[in-house]
Amino acid sequence: MSVVITEPNDHEQHDHEHEHHDHKPAGIKRWLYTTNHKDIGTMYLVFALIMFFIGGAMAMVIRLELFQPGMQFVEPHFFNQMTTVHGLIMVFGAVMPAFTGLANWMIPMMIGAPDMALPRMNNWSFWILPFAFLILLLSLFMPGGGPSFGWTFYAPLSTTYSGDSTALFVFSVHIMGISSIMGAINVIVTIWNMRAPGMTWMKMPLFVWTWFITAFLLIMVMPVLAGVVTMVLTDKYFGTSFFDAAGGGDPVLFQHIFWFFGHPEVYIMILPAFGIVSAIIPTFARKRLFGYASMVYATASIAILSFLVWAHHMFTTGMPVFATLFFMYATMLIAVPTGVKVFNWVATMWRGAMTFEVPMMFALAFIVLFTIGGFSGLMLAITPADFQYHDTYFVVAHFHYVLVTGAIFSIVAAVYYWLPKWTGNMYDETLGQWHFWCSLISVNMLFFPMHFVGLAGMPRRIPDYALQFADFNAFISIGGFLFGLSQLIFVWVLIKCARGGVKATDQVWEGAEGLEWEVPSPAPYHTFETPPVIK
Amino acid sequence: MTTKTYEKYYVPAQSPWPIVGAIALFCIAFGAGHFVIDISKQQSGFGGYLLLAGFAILVFMLVGWFRNVIDESMSGLYSNQMDRSFRQGMSWFIVSEVMFFMAFFGALFYGRMIAMQWLGGSSNNAMTFELLWPNFEPVWPLVKTPGGIETQAMPWTGLPLINTAILVISSVTLHFAHTGLEQQKRGQLKLMLLLTLLLGATFLGLQVYEYIHAYRDLGLRLDSGFYGNTFFLLTGFHGLHVTLGAIILLFVFFRVLKGHFTPEKHFAFQAAAWYWHFVDVVWICLFVIVYIL
Repeated sequence: MSVVITEPNDHEQHDHEHEHHDHKPAGIKRWLYTTNHKDIGTMYLVFALIMFFIGGAMAMVIRLELFQPGMQFVEPHFFNQMTTVHGLIMVFGAVMPAFTGLANWMIPMMIGAPDMALPRMNNWSFWILPFAFLILLLSLFMPGGGPSFGWTFYAPLSTTYSGDSTALFVFSVHIMGISSIMGAINVIVTIWNMRAPGMTWMKMPLFVWTWFITAFLLIMVMPVLAGVVTMVLTDKYFGTSFFDAAGGGDPVLFQHIFWFFGHPEVYIMILPAFGIVSAIIPTFARKRLFGYASMVYATASIAILSFLVWAHHMFTTGMPVFATLFFMYATMLIAVPTGVKVFNWVATMWRGAMTFEVPMMFALAFIVLFTIGGFSGLMLAITPADFQYHDTYFVVAHFHYVLVTGAIFSIVAAVYYWLPKWTGNMYDETLGQWHFWCSLISVNMLFFPMHFVGLAGMPRRIPDYALQFADFNAFISIGGFLFGLSQLIFVWVLIKCARGGVKATDQVWEGAEGLEWEVPSPAPYHTFETPPVIK
Repeated sequence: MTTKTYEKYYVPAQSPWPIVGAIALFCIAFGAGHFVIDISKQQSGFGGYLLLAGFAILVFMLVGWFRNVIDESMSGLYSNQMDRSFRQGMSWFIVSEVMFFMAFFGALFYGRMIAMQWLGGSSNNAMTFELLWPNFEPVWPLVKTPGGIETQAMPWTGLPLINTAILVISSVTLHFAHTGLEQQKRGQLKLMLLLTLLLGATFLGLQVYEYIHAYRDLGLRLDSGFYGNTFFLLTGFHGLHVTLGAIILLFVFFRVLKGHFTPEKHFAFQAAAWYWHFVDVVWICLFVIVYIL
């Protein structure tokens, strides 16, 4: 898509206005009291990065223990806490806040809005998160330890057999949910109500579209998560029996409600990634995105289908055959719109004048590696095959391909792509390439062999394993440590870029199109206080 | 170059309230977590106090935040676009509330239509029934659980029917309050709003009475099996929402007494009314599904 902008004010006055309004409040109050979408976006992104390293440290503990068969470093109970909190932190603390941070930074600039629609609530959404994760992390130090029932907290593991700290887990999830819902409402209202004149629905950049649809998913499913954790709370502490057959309930009910939230949740973590890749590929291929409208419809189709496939996580739990078949076919159907997207990205590059800067490299890696994750998902969707794969490392490999090389790679690509716009400086391209290649090689060392050990029957979430898996696991662990270390290069690049570097132009990338590239780099504290006109 | 003029979208300068609100939620969540743990272990701790402190901070935050918003609104800072933002925000908030209730209605549906039948041996679960609880009778209301807890069902006639009428009438009175506001009939507005509040309070009072009746006379408790679970959580969360709605309406009433709101601009009134109608609709679903069917 292309937009032509005419500034409504004459240029001199415009510059004067920026001078006048570009005064940033100083000190800590700027961050505590802010209502500025760029400040809030930055805080979300920094928070996500910190949580990424905390969750990553837990993954390192897991890989350390699994380096060799037998029990080496940690107790099984502590190992369980690590797998649980690693999952919770990466899902709710790293990926989701990172996407929300990108939404905060970019959506108002992309649609020509002065800020998010509800700026104070925006800040509230952010500041809830550090407190929510403080509670979750503090619960690890309670007597009896933190949550150890897996991030999916299946009943009765989270009810009958869970530790004292479960109540803290429940309430921290509650306030995370409040934060997400408020954030999602803000995104929807901003996109619906704050678009500049002429920014019609089908002119919106795909990142805006995908986030718009993601926000609906959040509004629909985060309250359901709140409901299910409430039932866990009352089952554990107040004698209800939602998930206890003796009282007329059913543990399977937990899985149904949880996955009704959980499946749309995984699309919440990938749809914005589609938007990011759809922004980056056309820029570096110097061509318009192939099939814009089909991208929009494919995103909406994926979102709708995501509500109809939840029980594919439960094939081995036991369901009537009809239900099993329905969920199997509905799940396979998702491959169609996803395939449309991958096709469109490839078609965009066809005969493009491509260059391979770091954002493009991560976006290309995303397309290839996310597709691998998609295909293993298709394998898992086949019910009879899933009986073999279920709860093995094959599943771990699958969702790490879509979440690490999918969601995380897209976030990293987005950060490289928009970093010059945020800081006004180009990042160090050489270091960035180092970061990319180290990440690419190590992440495949880490997750690709998991397919094989999984197919051979190694169960997930177990701190020990049979001897025949020893070599593969040592290799996987080395890949894991290298991937962890590679991310330190990323921090180095970020700090270096924030402190200075080659000045970026307004457009930054030769092929970049869209409103965010029309404003100066770094983007002024307030942009589009007077809406631009898009023709 | 264009000559079109734009209404400026008001972006507030800094505000301390969000961070205060985040601290409030921290105290509530951390306090409630410890409070629940303390109760379950029958020990005393700081949880309850922290929870109360959290609510106090939350109230402080809400008062301060809304005072700012009302001041800004009264001094004419808000454009029509801003008004739309508020309206859309409130609508999607209500949608998220609907989904919260859906989780519990969904649980009720599953428990009654699927889990109970399976426990009774239907589908391919004959052995579950034979081996685990051969004396279990799958009838709804589930007055005897497979584990043997017995209770009595809450009839829909009597108090629940009266309560339904009260809540429906309160929605009607609120609607007339709204037309009063739109037609500049301030007397009608005040009277009808007051009536809505009184009906809401009566509903809550009767609901408390019903709970006492359930615990004392029917032996219907939160922990008496799936029927009691869904009954108390659904009606309980509904009751909390009525309480919240009534508090919002109370503040709207005070603002009406102060002469706020015009026929054109009355978002706060509108939002409170939407919320009230929403809890009314939830109650009607609840009355049909939980009590009658």
